[in-house]
Amino acid sequence: MSSLLQWLDDRFPLVSTWKKHASEYYVPKNLNFFYYFGFLLLFVLCNQLITGLWLTMFYTPSADRAFDSVQYIMRDVNFGWLLRYLHSTGASLIFVASYIHLFKGLLYGSYQKPRELVWLLGTGLLVLLLIEAFFGYLLPWGQMSYWGAQVITSLFSVIPYIGEGLTSWIRGDYQVSNATLQRFFAFHVVGIPLLLLFFILLHLVSLRQVGSNNPEGIEIKKHLNKQGNPLDGLPFHPYYTSKDFVGLLVFLIVFFSIVFFAPEMGGCFLEVENLVAANPLVTPEHITPVWYTAPFYTMLRVIPDKLSGVITMSCAILILFFIPWLDQSPVRSMRYKGKFSIVALSLFSVSFILLGFLGTVRITPARLCVARICTAIYFAYFILMPIYSRFEKHKTVPDRILDK
Amino acid sequence: MGGIGALFAMTPFISSWFPSSKAKAAGSPIKVDLSELEPGQQVTVEWRGKPVWIVRRTTEMLDHLSTNENQLRDPDSLVPQQPFYAKNRYRSINPEYLILIGICTHLGCLPKYMPDENTLDSDWPGGFYCPCHGSTFDLSGRVFKGVPAPINLEVPPYRFMSERVVIIGEEGVTQ
Repeated sequence: MSSLLQWLDDRFPLVSTWKKHASEYYVPKNLNFFYYFGFLLLFVLCNQLITGLWLTMFYTPSADRAFDSVQYIMRDVNFGWLLRYLHSTGASLIFVASYIHLFKGLLYGSYQKPRELVWLLGTGLLVLLLIEAFFGYLLPWGQMSYWGAQVITSLFSVIPYIGEGLTSWIRGDYQVSNATLQRFFAFHVVGIPLLLLFFILLHLVSLRQVGSNNPEGIEIKKHLNKQGNPLDGLPFHPYYTSKDFVGLLVFLIVFFSIVFFAPEMGGCFLEVENLVAANPLVTPEHITPVWYTAPFYTMLRVIPDKLSGVITMSCAILILFFIPWLDQSPVRSMRYKGKFSIVALSLFSVSFILLGFLGTVRITPARLCVARICTAIYFAYFILMPIYSRFEKHKTVPDRILDK
Repeated sequence: MGGIGALFAMTPFISSWFPSSKAKAAGSPIKVDLSELEPGQQVTVEWRGKPVWIVRRTTEMLDHLSTNENQLRDPDSLVPQQPFYAKNRYRSINPEYLILIGICTHLGCLPKYMPDENTLDSDWPGGFYCPCHGSTFDLSGRVFKGVPAPINLEVPPYRFMSERVVIIGEEGVTQ
Protein backbone atom coordinates (compact mmCIF):
# COMPACT_ATOMS: atom_id res chain seq x y z
CA MET A 1 0.00 0.00 0.00
CA SER A 2 2.69 2.44 1.01
CA SER A 3 4.82 1.45 -1.98
CA LEU A 4 1.86 2.13 -4.27
CA LEU A 5 1.44 5.52 -2.60
CA GLN A 6 5.16 6.13 -3.07
CA TRP A 7 4.90 5.14 -6.74
CA LEU A 8 2.02 7.55 -7.25
CA ASP A 9 3.61 10.34 -5.27
CA ASP A 10 6.75 10.14 -7.37
CA ARG A 11 4.60 10.89 -10.40
CA PHE A 12 1.87 13.12 -9.01
CA PRO A 13 1.84 15.60 -6.05
CA LEU A 14 -0.62 13.43 -4.14
CA VAL A 15 0.55 13.71 -0.53
CA SER A 16 1.48 17.37 -0.79
CA THR A 17 -1.92 18.23 -2.33
CA TRP A 18 -3.71 16.35 0.43
CA LYS A 19 -1.63 18.18 3.04
CA LYS A 20 -2.12 21.57 1.38
CA HIS A 21 -5.89 21.18 1.04
CA ALA A 22 -6.86 19.06 4.05
CA SER A 23 -4.59 17.62 6.69
CA GLU A 24 -2.28 20.61 7.00
CA TYR A 25 -4.69 23.30 5.90
CA TYR A 26 -5.18 25.31 9.06
CA VAL A 27 -8.64 26.74 9.54
CA PRO A 28 -9.66 29.16 12.33
CA LYS A 29 -10.99 27.27 15.34
CA ASN A 30 -14.07 29.47 15.75
CA LEU A 31 -15.98 28.85 12.50
CA ASN A 32 -19.75 28.93 13.13
CA PHE A 33 -23.01 27.90 11.44
CA PHE A 34 -22.45 30.10 8.40
CA TYR A 35 -19.33 28.17 7.44
CA TYR A 36 -21.20 24.96 6.66
CA PHE A 37 -22.52 26.29 3.40
CA GLY A 38 -19.39 26.15 1.26
CA PHE A 39 -19.18 22.42 1.84
CA LEU A 40 -22.94 22.03 1.40
CA LEU A 41 -22.73 23.86 -1.94
CA LEU A 42 -20.18 21.32 -3.14
CA PHE A 43 -22.45 18.54 -1.98
CA VAL A 44 -25.54 19.91 -3.74
CA LEU A 45 -23.47 20.50 -6.87
CA CYS A 46 -22.53 16.80 -6.88
CA ASN A 47 -26.21 15.98 -6.46
CA GLN A 48 -27.01 18.19 -9.47
CA LEU A 49 -24.30 16.60 -11.61
CA ILE A 50 -25.37 13.03 -10.85
CA THR A 51 -29.16 13.49 -11.02
CA GLY A 52 -28.69 15.76 -14.06
CA LEU A 53 -26.65 13.10 -15.84
CA TRP A 54 -29.41 10.58 -15.19
CA LEU A 55 -32.20 12.96 -16.28
CA THR A 56 -30.32 13.52 -19.55
CA MET A 57 -30.74 9.80 -20.25
CA PHE A 58 -34.54 10.15 -20.33
CA TYR A 59 -35.14 13.73 -21.44
CA THR A 60 -35.62 14.67 -25.12
CA PRO A 61 -34.38 18.15 -26.02
CA SER A 62 -36.80 19.07 -28.79
CA ALA A 63 -39.75 21.46 -28.79
CA ASP A 64 -42.12 18.68 -29.85
CA ARG A 65 -41.12 16.19 -27.20
CA ALA A 66 -39.49 17.99 -24.30
CA PHE A 67 -42.66 18.57 -22.29
CA ASP A 68 -43.85 15.00 -22.82
CA SER A 69 -40.48 13.53 -21.95
CA VAL A 70 -40.60 15.31 -18.57
CA GLN A 71 -44.01 13.71 -17.98
CA TYR A 72 -42.47 10.39 -19.05
CA ILE A 73 -39.74 10.85 -16.44
CA MET A 74 -42.35 11.66 -13.80
CA ARG A 75 -44.77 8.81 -14.59
CA ASP A 76 -43.03 5.98 -16.40
CA VAL A 77 -39.33 5.95 -15.62
CA ASN A 78 -38.62 3.97 -12.45
CA PHE A 79 -37.82 6.49 -9.73
CA GLY A 80 -37.82 9.19 -12.42
CA TRP A 81 -39.89 11.39 -10.12
CA LEU A 82 -37.19 11.07 -7.46
CA LEU A 83 -34.40 11.94 -9.88
CA ARG A 84 -36.30 14.99 -11.06
CA TYR A 85 -37.31 16.17 -7.59
CA LEU A 86 -33.74 15.72 -6.34
CA HIS A 87 -32.58 17.87 -9.24
CA SER A 88 -35.26 20.57 -8.90
CA THR A 89 -35.01 20.75 -5.10
CA GLY A 90 -31.23 20.81 -5.40
CA ALA A 91 -31.51 23.75 -7.79
CA SER A 92 -33.44 25.78 -5.24
CA LEU A 93 -31.28 24.73 -2.30
CA ILE A 94 -28.08 25.54 -4.14
CA PHE A 95 -29.35 29.12 -4.28
CA VAL A 96 -30.41 29.08 -0.61
CA ALA A 97 -26.89 27.93 0.24
CA SER A 98 -25.29 30.43 -2.17
CA TYR A 99 -27.16 33.39 -0.73
CA ILE A 100 -26.28 32.35 2.85
CA HIS A 101 -22.66 31.75 1.79
CA LEU A 102 -22.58 35.21 0.23
CA PHE A 103 -24.25 36.78 3.27
CA LYS A 104 -21.52 35.24 5.45
CA GLY A 105 -18.96 37.03 3.29
CA LEU A 106 -20.73 40.35 3.82
CA LEU A 107 -21.19 39.72 7.55
CA TYR A 108 -17.58 38.85 8.34
CA GLY A 109 -15.81 40.87 5.64
CA SER A 110 -14.44 37.77 3.94
CA TYR A 111 -13.85 39.78 0.76
CA GLN A 112 -11.30 42.10 2.36
CA LYS A 113 -7.60 41.96 1.62
CA PRO A 114 -6.12 39.39 0.96
CA ARG A 115 -9.29 37.49 -0.04
CA GLU A 116 -10.47 39.74 -2.91
CA LEU A 117 -9.85 37.09 -5.54
CA VAL A 118 -11.74 34.44 -3.55
CA TRP A 119 -14.70 36.84 -3.49
CA LEU A 120 -14.44 37.71 -7.20
CA LEU A 121 -14.34 34.03 -8.18
CA GLY A 122 -17.25 33.34 -5.85
CA THR A 123 -19.34 36.13 -7.36
CA GLY A 124 -18.40 34.82 -10.80
CA LEU A 125 -19.71 31.45 -9.65
CA LEU A 126 -22.99 33.05 -8.61
CA VAL A 127 -23.37 34.58 -12.08
CA LEU A 128 -22.57 31.23 -13.71
CA LEU A 129 -25.06 29.53 -11.43
CA LEU A 130 -27.79 32.01 -12.40
CA ILE A 131 -27.03 31.40 -16.08
CA GLU A 132 -27.02 27.63 -15.53
CA ALA A 133 -30.38 27.82 -13.75
CA PHE A 134 -31.82 30.03 -16.49
CA PHE A 135 -30.81 27.55 -19.22
CA GLY A 136 -32.12 24.63 -17.19
CA TYR A 137 -35.42 26.36 -16.53
CA LEU A 138 -36.33 26.33 -20.24
CA LEU A 139 -35.88 22.57 -20.58
CA PRO A 140 -39.25 21.36 -19.16
CA TRP A 141 -40.79 23.46 -21.97
CA GLY A 142 -43.80 24.57 -19.91
CA GLN A 143 -45.52 27.92 -20.20
CA MET A 144 -43.38 29.53 -17.51
CA SER A 145 -40.20 28.03 -18.99
CA TYR A 146 -41.09 29.43 -22.39
CA TRP A 147 -42.16 32.89 -21.34
CA GLY A 148 -39.36 33.25 -18.84
CA ALA A 149 -36.89 32.58 -21.65
CA GLN A 150 -38.82 34.91 -23.96
CA VAL A 151 -38.60 37.75 -21.42
CA ILE A 152 -34.92 37.24 -20.57
CA THR A 153 -33.73 36.86 -24.19
CA SER A 154 -35.70 39.96 -25.18
CA LEU A 155 -33.64 41.93 -22.63
CA PHE A 156 -30.85 41.95 -25.23
CA SER A 157 -33.09 43.78 -27.69
CA VAL A 158 -32.66 47.00 -25.70
CA ILE A 159 -29.07 47.31 -26.89
CA PRO A 160 -29.10 50.06 -29.53
CA TYR A 161 -28.58 49.10 -33.19
CA ILE A 162 -27.53 45.46 -32.74
CA GLY A 163 -30.22 44.49 -30.18
CA GLU A 164 -32.76 42.93 -32.55
CA GLY A 165 -30.15 40.97 -34.49
CA LEU A 166 -28.46 39.86 -31.27
CA THR A 167 -31.75 38.59 -29.88
CA SER A 168 -32.55 36.45 -32.91
CA TRP A 169 -28.94 35.25 -32.94
CA ILE A 170 -29.27 34.07 -29.34
CA ARG A 171 -32.65 32.45 -30.04
CA GLY A 172 -31.72 31.03 -33.44
CA ASP A 173 -35.16 32.07 -34.65
CA TYR A 174 -37.51 35.04 -34.52
CA GLN A 175 -38.83 33.84 -31.15
CA VAL A 176 -37.88 31.24 -28.55
CA SER A 177 -38.14 27.96 -30.47
CA ASN A 178 -36.70 24.50 -30.91
CA ALA A 179 -33.34 26.00 -31.89
CA THR A 180 -33.28 27.92 -28.59
CA LEU A 181 -34.20 24.85 -26.57
CA GLN A 182 -31.43 22.77 -28.12
CA ARG A 183 -28.69 25.31 -27.53
CA PHE A 184 -29.86 25.97 -23.99
CA PHE A 185 -29.79 22.21 -23.38
CA ALA A 186 -26.23 21.98 -24.66
CA PHE A 187 -25.12 24.81 -22.40
CA HIS A 188 -27.01 23.45 -19.42
CA VAL A 189 -25.58 19.94 -19.55
CA VAL A 190 -22.08 20.53 -20.95
CA GLY A 191 -20.92 24.12 -21.31
CA ILE A 192 -21.77 25.82 -18.05
CA PRO A 193 -21.13 22.78 -15.78
CA LEU A 194 -17.57 22.60 -17.10
CA LEU A 195 -17.07 26.30 -16.45
CA LEU A 196 -18.60 25.92 -12.98
CA LEU A 197 -16.20 23.11 -12.09
CA PHE A 198 -13.23 25.10 -13.36
CA PHE A 199 -14.24 28.19 -11.36
CA ILE A 200 -14.86 26.11 -8.22
CA LEU A 201 -11.35 24.72 -8.54
CA LEU A 202 -9.95 28.26 -8.82
CA HIS A 203 -12.13 29.43 -5.91
CA LEU A 204 -10.82 26.65 -3.66
CA VAL A 205 -7.18 26.95 -4.73
CA SER A 206 -7.20 30.69 -4.11
CA LEU A 207 -8.89 30.11 -0.72
CA ARG A 208 -6.13 27.67 0.25
CA GLN A 209 -3.58 30.31 -0.68
CA VAL A 210 -4.98 32.98 1.67
CA GLY A 211 -6.75 30.81 4.26
CA SER A 212 -10.30 31.01 5.58
CA ASN A 213 -11.58 34.10 7.32
CA ASN A 214 -13.58 33.66 10.53
CA PRO A 215 -16.44 35.33 12.44
CA GLU A 216 -13.98 37.51 14.38
CA GLY A 217 -12.20 38.62 11.23
CA ILE A 218 -8.85 38.01 12.96
CA GLU A 219 -5.91 36.87 10.83
CA ILE A 220 -4.77 33.58 12.41
CA LYS A 221 -1.52 33.47 10.47
CA LYS A 222 -0.11 36.28 12.62
CA HIS A 223 0.41 34.01 15.63
CA LEU A 224 2.21 30.79 14.87
CA ASN A 225 3.49 28.04 17.13
CA LYS A 226 7.00 26.56 16.99
CA GLN A 227 6.07 24.31 14.07
CA GLY A 228 4.90 27.34 12.15
CA ASN A 229 1.21 26.50 12.39
CA PRO A 230 -1.42 29.05 13.48
CA LEU A 231 -2.10 28.97 17.23
CA ASP A 232 -5.81 29.68 16.69
CA GLY A 233 -6.19 27.20 13.85
CA LEU A 234 -7.11 23.55 13.46
CA PRO A 235 -6.30 21.27 10.52
CA PHE A 236 -9.22 21.08 8.11
CA HIS A 237 -8.99 17.31 8.26
CA PRO A 238 -10.10 15.69 10.54
CA TYR A 239 -11.59 18.60 12.53
CA TYR A 240 -13.71 20.40 9.97
CA THR A 241 -14.37 17.43 7.71
CA SER A 242 -16.08 15.72 10.67
CA LYS A 243 -17.87 18.92 11.67
CA ASP A 244 -19.07 19.44 8.09
CA PHE A 245 -20.49 15.93 8.03
CA VAL A 246 -22.65 16.78 11.03
CA GLY A 247 -23.89 19.80 9.12
CA LEU A 248 -24.46 17.60 6.09
CA LEU A 249 -26.66 15.23 8.10
CA VAL A 250 -28.87 18.09 9.25
CA PHE A 251 -28.96 19.44 5.71
CA LEU A 252 -29.94 16.03 4.32
CA ILE A 253 -32.88 15.87 6.75
CA VAL A 254 -34.11 19.21 5.40
CA PHE A 255 -33.31 18.29 1.80
CA PHE A 256 -35.17 14.99 1.82
CA SER A 257 -38.09 16.42 3.79
CA ILE A 258 -38.59 18.79 0.86
CA VAL A 259 -37.98 16.14 -1.81
CA PHE A 260 -40.48 13.73 -0.26
CA PHE A 261 -43.09 16.01 1.24
CA ALA A 262 -43.04 19.37 -0.56
CA PRO A 263 -41.04 19.15 -3.80
CA GLU A 264 -43.10 21.92 -5.37
CA MET A 265 -42.87 24.08 -2.23
CA GLY A 266 -46.31 25.51 -2.84
CA GLY A 267 -45.42 26.59 -6.36
CA CYS A 268 -42.17 28.24 -5.27
CA PHE A 269 -39.70 25.59 -6.45
CA LEU A 270 -41.84 24.18 -9.27
CA GLU A 271 -44.48 26.50 -10.64
CA VAL A 272 -48.04 25.38 -11.33
CA GLU A 273 -48.12 27.28 -14.61
CA ASN A 274 -45.27 25.12 -15.87
CA LEU A 275 -47.53 22.07 -15.95
CA VAL A 276 -49.02 23.56 -19.12
CA ALA A 277 -46.95 22.94 -22.27
CA ALA A 278 -45.28 25.95 -23.88
CA ASN A 279 -47.55 27.93 -26.20
CA PRO A 280 -46.01 30.81 -28.13
CA LEU A 281 -49.40 32.42 -28.73
CA VAL A 282 -50.67 32.60 -25.14
CA THR A 283 -48.87 34.48 -22.39
CA PRO A 284 -49.64 33.27 -18.88
CA GLU A 285 -51.85 35.74 -16.99
CA HIS A 286 -49.08 36.39 -14.54
CA ILE A 287 -45.43 35.71 -15.34
CA THR A 288 -43.57 34.96 -12.13
CA PRO A 289 -39.85 34.37 -12.02
CA VAL A 290 -38.57 31.45 -10.00
CA TRP A 291 -37.84 32.65 -6.47
CA TYR A 292 -34.05 32.90 -6.63
CA THR A 293 -34.12 35.40 -9.49
CA ALA A 294 -37.11 37.30 -8.12
CA PRO A 295 -35.14 40.10 -6.38
CA PHE A 296 -33.44 41.04 -9.64
CA TYR A 297 -36.63 40.67 -11.67
CA THR A 298 -38.44 43.06 -9.33
CA MET A 299 -35.83 45.72 -10.06
CA LEU A 300 -36.46 45.23 -13.77
CA ARG A 301 -40.17 45.68 -13.51
CA VAL A 302 -40.32 48.68 -11.18
CA ILE A 303 -38.25 50.85 -13.51
CA PRO A 304 -40.65 52.46 -16.01
CA ASP A 305 -38.09 52.40 -18.79
CA LYS A 306 -36.85 49.30 -20.56
CA LEU A 307 -33.20 50.19 -21.03
CA SER A 308 -32.71 51.60 -17.52
CA GLY A 309 -34.53 48.60 -16.09
CA VAL A 310 -32.11 46.22 -17.75
CA ILE A 311 -29.12 48.32 -16.74
CA THR A 312 -30.34 48.45 -13.12
CA MET A 313 -30.82 44.70 -13.01
CA SER A 314 -27.37 44.01 -14.44
CA CYS A 315 -25.75 46.51 -12.10
CA ALA A 316 -27.42 44.84 -9.10
CA ILE A 317 -25.29 41.77 -9.79
CA LEU A 318 -22.18 43.47 -11.17
CA ILE A 319 -21.86 45.75 -8.15
CA LEU A 320 -21.15 42.68 -5.99
CA PHE A 321 -17.79 42.39 -7.72
CA PHE A 322 -16.72 45.79 -6.38
CA ILE A 323 -17.32 45.18 -2.67
CA PRO A 324 -13.67 44.45 -1.82
CA TRP A 325 -12.87 48.03 -2.83
CA LEU A 326 -16.05 49.69 -1.61
CA ASP A 327 -15.51 48.56 1.97
CA GLN A 328 -12.98 50.98 3.46
CA SER A 329 -13.33 49.72 7.03
CA PRO A 330 -10.10 48.73 8.81
CA VAL A 331 -11.96 45.86 10.49
CA ARG A 332 -13.49 42.85 8.78
CA SER A 333 -16.18 41.38 10.95
CA MET A 334 -19.57 42.94 11.66
CA ARG A 335 -18.81 42.12 15.30
CA TYR A 336 -16.31 45.00 15.38
CA LYS A 337 -17.71 47.33 12.75
CA GLY A 338 -19.73 50.41 13.73
CA LYS A 339 -23.46 51.04 13.96
CA PHE A 340 -23.82 52.30 10.38
CA SER A 341 -22.45 49.12 8.87
CA ILE A 342 -24.79 47.01 11.00
CA VAL A 343 -27.82 49.10 10.05
CA ALA A 344 -26.77 49.13 6.38
CA LEU A 345 -26.36 45.35 6.17
CA SER A 346 -29.65 44.77 8.02
CA LEU A 347 -31.58 47.12 5.72
CA PHE A 348 -29.88 45.57 2.71
CA SER A 349 -30.83 42.04 3.77
CA VAL A 350 -34.44 43.01 4.50
CA SER A 351 -34.68 44.82 1.13
CA PHE A 352 -33.27 41.82 -0.72
CA ILE A 353 -35.83 39.49 0.85
CA LEU A 354 -38.68 41.97 0.24
CA LEU A 355 -37.60 42.41 -3.39
CA GLY A 356 -37.69 38.63 -3.72
CA PHE A 357 -41.21 38.50 -2.32
CA LEU A 358 -42.43 41.39 -4.49
CA GLY A 359 -41.10 39.68 -7.61
CA THR A 360 -43.46 36.76 -7.16
CA VAL A 361 -46.70 38.66 -6.48
CA ARG A 362 -48.94 40.89 -8.55
CA ILE A 363 -47.76 44.47 -8.60
CA THR A 364 -49.98 47.16 -7.04
CA PRO A 365 -49.22 50.89 -6.60
CA ALA A 366 -48.31 50.38 -2.90
CA ARG A 367 -46.06 47.41 -3.69
CA LEU A 368 -44.49 49.33 -6.56
CA CYS A 369 -43.55 52.06 -4.11
CA VAL A 370 -42.08 49.58 -1.59
CA ALA A 371 -40.16 47.83 -4.39
CA ARG A 372 -38.65 51.12 -5.54
CA ILE A 373 -37.57 51.99 -1.99
CA CYS A 374 -36.02 48.52 -1.63
CA THR A 375 -34.16 48.94 -4.92
CA ALA A 376 -32.83 52.29 -3.69
CA ILE A 377 -31.69 50.71 -0.40
CA TYR A 378 -30.05 47.82 -2.26
CA PHE A 379 -27.89 50.21 -4.23
CA ALA A 380 -27.36 52.66 -1.37
CA TYR A 381 -25.80 49.83 0.64
CA PHE A 382 -23.03 49.57 -1.94
CA ILE A 383 -22.70 53.15 -3.11
CA LEU A 384 -22.54 54.65 0.40
CA MET A 385 -20.26 51.91 1.71
CA PRO A 386 -16.99 53.80 1.11
CA ILE A 387 -18.38 56.63 3.25
CA TYR A 388 -20.00 54.89 6.21
CA SER A 389 -17.38 52.16 6.46
CA ARG A 390 -14.54 54.68 6.57
CA PHE A 391 -15.92 57.30 8.93
CA GLU A 392 -17.88 55.23 11.44
CA LYS A 393 -16.47 54.35 14.88
CA HIS A 394 -15.40 50.72 15.05
CA LYS A 395 -14.43 48.58 18.01
CA THR A 396 -10.90 47.33 18.63
CA VAL A 397 -10.25 43.88 17.26
CA PRO A 398 -8.44 41.54 19.70
CA ASP A 399 -5.10 40.13 18.66
CA ARG A 400 -6.11 36.52 19.14
CA ILE A 401 -9.32 34.51 18.93
CA LEU A 402 -10.40 34.29 22.59
CA ASP A 403 -12.22 31.38 24.15
CA LYS A 404 -15.55 32.46 25.52
CA MET B 1 -1.83 36.83 -37.42
CA GLY B 2 -2.84 34.17 -34.95
CA GLY B 3 -5.55 36.44 -33.64
CA ILE B 4 -7.00 36.91 -37.12
CA GLY B 5 -6.88 33.15 -37.65
CA ALA B 6 -8.70 32.60 -34.35
CA LEU B 7 -11.32 35.13 -35.41
CA PHE B 8 -11.96 33.27 -38.65
CA ALA B 9 -12.00 29.96 -36.82
CA MET B 10 -14.91 31.27 -34.74
CA THR B 11 -17.04 31.80 -37.88
CA PRO B 12 -18.85 28.42 -37.88
CA PHE B 13 -19.53 28.69 -34.15
CA ILE B 14 -21.08 32.14 -34.38
CA SER B 15 -22.73 31.72 -37.75
CA SER B 16 -24.50 28.49 -36.78
CA TRP B 17 -26.43 30.42 -34.15
CA PHE B 18 -28.24 32.62 -36.68
CA PRO B 19 -31.74 31.54 -37.77
CA SER B 20 -31.32 28.59 -40.14
CA SER B 21 -32.61 28.60 -43.74
CA LYS B 22 -35.52 26.54 -42.49
CA ALA B 23 -36.42 29.08 -39.83
CA LYS B 24 -36.12 31.87 -42.40
CA ALA B 25 -38.39 30.00 -44.82
CA ALA B 26 -40.98 29.58 -42.07
CA GLY B 27 -41.07 33.38 -41.93
CA SER B 28 -42.65 33.77 -45.39
CA PRO B 29 -45.81 35.93 -45.91
CA ILE B 30 -49.35 34.72 -45.10
CA LYS B 31 -52.74 35.46 -46.67
CA VAL B 32 -55.77 36.22 -44.47
CA ASP B 33 -59.42 36.43 -45.56
CA LEU B 34 -61.20 39.14 -43.56
CA SER B 35 -64.72 38.72 -44.96
CA GLU B 36 -66.07 37.02 -41.83
CA LEU B 37 -64.64 39.48 -39.31
CA GLU B 38 -67.44 41.47 -37.65
CA PRO B 39 -66.99 45.11 -36.51
CA GLY B 40 -65.34 45.20 -33.07
CA GLN B 41 -63.94 41.68 -33.40
CA GLN B 42 -60.32 40.62 -33.14
CA VAL B 43 -58.63 37.64 -34.77
CA THR B 44 -55.12 36.42 -34.10
CA VAL B 45 -53.10 34.81 -36.86
CA GLU B 46 -49.56 33.49 -36.70
CA TRP B 47 -46.79 34.94 -38.80
CA ARG B 48 -43.15 34.06 -38.19
CA GLY B 49 -44.32 32.40 -35.02
CA LYS B 50 -45.57 35.73 -33.75
CA PRO B 51 -49.20 36.49 -33.03
CA VAL B 52 -50.57 39.08 -35.47
CA TRP B 53 -53.82 40.75 -34.49
CA ILE B 54 -56.39 41.97 -36.94
CA VAL B 55 -59.03 44.17 -35.32
CA ARG B 56 -61.98 45.47 -37.28
CA ARG B 57 -62.65 48.79 -35.61
CA THR B 58 -66.06 50.40 -35.42
CA THR B 59 -66.60 54.07 -36.32
CA GLU B 60 -67.00 54.94 -32.60
CA MET B 61 -63.64 53.35 -31.87
CA LEU B 62 -62.01 55.35 -34.67
CA ASP B 63 -63.63 58.60 -33.50
CA HIS B 64 -62.46 57.92 -29.96
CA LEU B 65 -58.79 57.66 -30.94
CA SER B 66 -58.29 61.42 -31.08
CA THR B 67 -59.68 62.11 -27.58
CA ASN B 68 -56.89 60.61 -25.45
CA GLU B 69 -53.86 61.69 -27.42
CA ASN B 70 -52.45 63.83 -24.59
CA GLN B 71 -52.09 60.65 -22.50
CA LEU B 72 -50.02 58.88 -25.16
CA ARG B 73 -46.25 58.68 -25.21
CA ASP B 74 -45.94 58.78 -28.99
CA PRO B 75 -49.31 59.78 -30.50
CA ASP B 76 -47.80 60.65 -33.88
CA SER B 77 -45.91 57.33 -34.22
CA LEU B 78 -42.54 59.03 -34.51
CA VAL B 79 -40.68 55.91 -33.41
CA PRO B 80 -40.31 53.67 -36.49
CA GLN B 81 -42.54 50.86 -35.28
CA GLN B 82 -44.56 50.77 -38.49
CA PRO B 83 -44.09 50.87 -42.26
CA PHE B 84 -44.37 54.41 -43.69
CA TYR B 85 -47.90 53.71 -44.98
CA ALA B 86 -49.12 53.08 -41.43
CA LYS B 87 -47.65 56.21 -39.92
CA ASN B 88 -50.92 57.90 -39.13
CA ARG B 89 -53.45 58.15 -36.28
CA TYR B 90 -55.05 54.83 -37.27
CA ARG B 91 -51.68 53.16 -37.83
CA SER B 92 -53.11 51.32 -40.78
CA ILE B 93 -53.71 51.42 -44.54
CA ASN B 94 -57.47 51.08 -44.19
CA PRO B 95 -58.52 52.67 -40.84
CA GLU B 96 -61.18 50.01 -40.40
CA TYR B 97 -58.58 47.25 -40.10
CA LEU B 98 -55.87 47.50 -37.48
CA ILE B 99 -53.05 45.03 -38.01
CA LEU B 100 -50.48 44.72 -35.23
CA ILE B 101 -47.88 42.34 -33.95
CA GLY B 102 -49.41 41.35 -30.64
CA ILE B 103 -46.24 41.36 -28.61
CA CYS B 104 -45.75 43.88 -25.84
CA THR B 105 -42.84 46.21 -26.55
CA HIS B 106 -41.73 45.97 -22.95
CA LEU B 107 -40.68 42.34 -22.61
CA GLY B 108 -42.48 40.36 -25.27
CA CYS B 109 -45.66 39.27 -23.51
CA LEU B 110 -49.06 39.15 -25.18
CA PRO B 111 -51.39 42.06 -24.30
CA LYS B 112 -55.11 41.39 -24.01
CA TYR B 113 -57.72 43.03 -26.25
CA MET B 114 -60.00 45.07 -24.00
CA PRO B 115 -62.14 47.15 -26.38
CA ASP B 116 -64.88 48.14 -23.95
CA GLU B 117 -64.63 51.42 -22.07
CA ASN B 118 -64.16 51.46 -18.29
CA THR B 119 -63.35 47.75 -18.12
CA LEU B 120 -59.80 48.11 -16.79
CA ASP B 121 -60.49 51.10 -14.57
CA SER B 122 -62.95 53.95 -14.53
CA ASP B 123 -61.23 56.04 -17.22
CA TRP B 124 -60.12 53.22 -19.53
CA PRO B 125 -60.81 54.33 -23.11
CA GLY B 126 -60.55 50.83 -24.59
CA GLY B 127 -57.40 49.30 -26.01
CA PHE B 128 -54.85 46.62 -25.14
CA TYR B 129 -53.62 45.69 -21.67
CA CYS B 130 -50.49 43.65 -20.98
CA PRO B 131 -51.00 41.42 -17.92
CA CYS B 132 -47.26 40.94 -17.32
CA HIS B 133 -46.25 44.41 -16.21
CA GLY B 134 -49.39 46.45 -16.78
CA SER B 135 -48.51 48.25 -20.01
CA THR B 136 -51.50 49.76 -21.83
CA PHE B 137 -52.04 50.69 -25.47
CA ASP B 138 -54.92 52.43 -27.22
CA LEU B 139 -56.97 50.96 -30.07
CA SER B 140 -54.25 51.96 -32.53
CA GLY B 141 -51.61 50.13 -30.49
CA ARG B 142 -50.15 53.42 -29.24
CA VAL B 143 -48.57 53.19 -25.80
CA PHE B 144 -49.90 55.23 -22.86
CA LYS B 145 -47.63 57.30 -20.63
CA GLY B 146 -46.43 55.96 -17.27
CA VAL B 147 -46.24 52.27 -18.20
CA PRO B 148 -43.13 50.11 -18.64
CA ALA B 149 -43.51 49.62 -22.41
CA PRO B 150 -41.40 52.30 -24.10
CA ILE B 151 -42.88 52.41 -27.60
CA ASN B 152 -46.00 51.67 -29.62
CA LEU B 153 -46.87 48.15 -30.72
CA GLU B 154 -45.27 47.14 -34.00
CA VAL B 155 -47.19 47.17 -37.26
CA PRO B 156 -45.97 44.38 -39.59
CA PRO B 157 -45.48 45.02 -43.29
CA TYR B 158 -48.69 44.10 -45.15
CA ARG B 159 -50.73 44.87 -48.22
CA PHE B 160 -54.32 44.37 -49.30
CA MET B 161 -54.72 41.94 -52.16
CA SER B 162 -58.37 42.92 -52.46
CA GLU B 163 -60.77 44.80 -50.19
CA ARG B 164 -61.20 41.84 -47.82
CA VAL B 165 -57.97 39.85 -48.31
CA VAL B 166 -54.73 40.93 -46.71
CA ILE B 167 -51.20 39.60 -47.15
CA ILE B 168 -49.07 39.92 -44.03
CA GLY B 169 -45.30 39.98 -44.33
CA GLU B 170 -45.14 41.51 -47.80
CA GLU B 171 -44.83 45.15 -48.78
CA GLY B 172 -47.28 46.37 -51.36
CA VAL B 173 -47.30 48.98 -54.08
CA THR B 174 -50.83 49.93 -53.16
CA GLN B 175 -49.79 53.39 -51.99
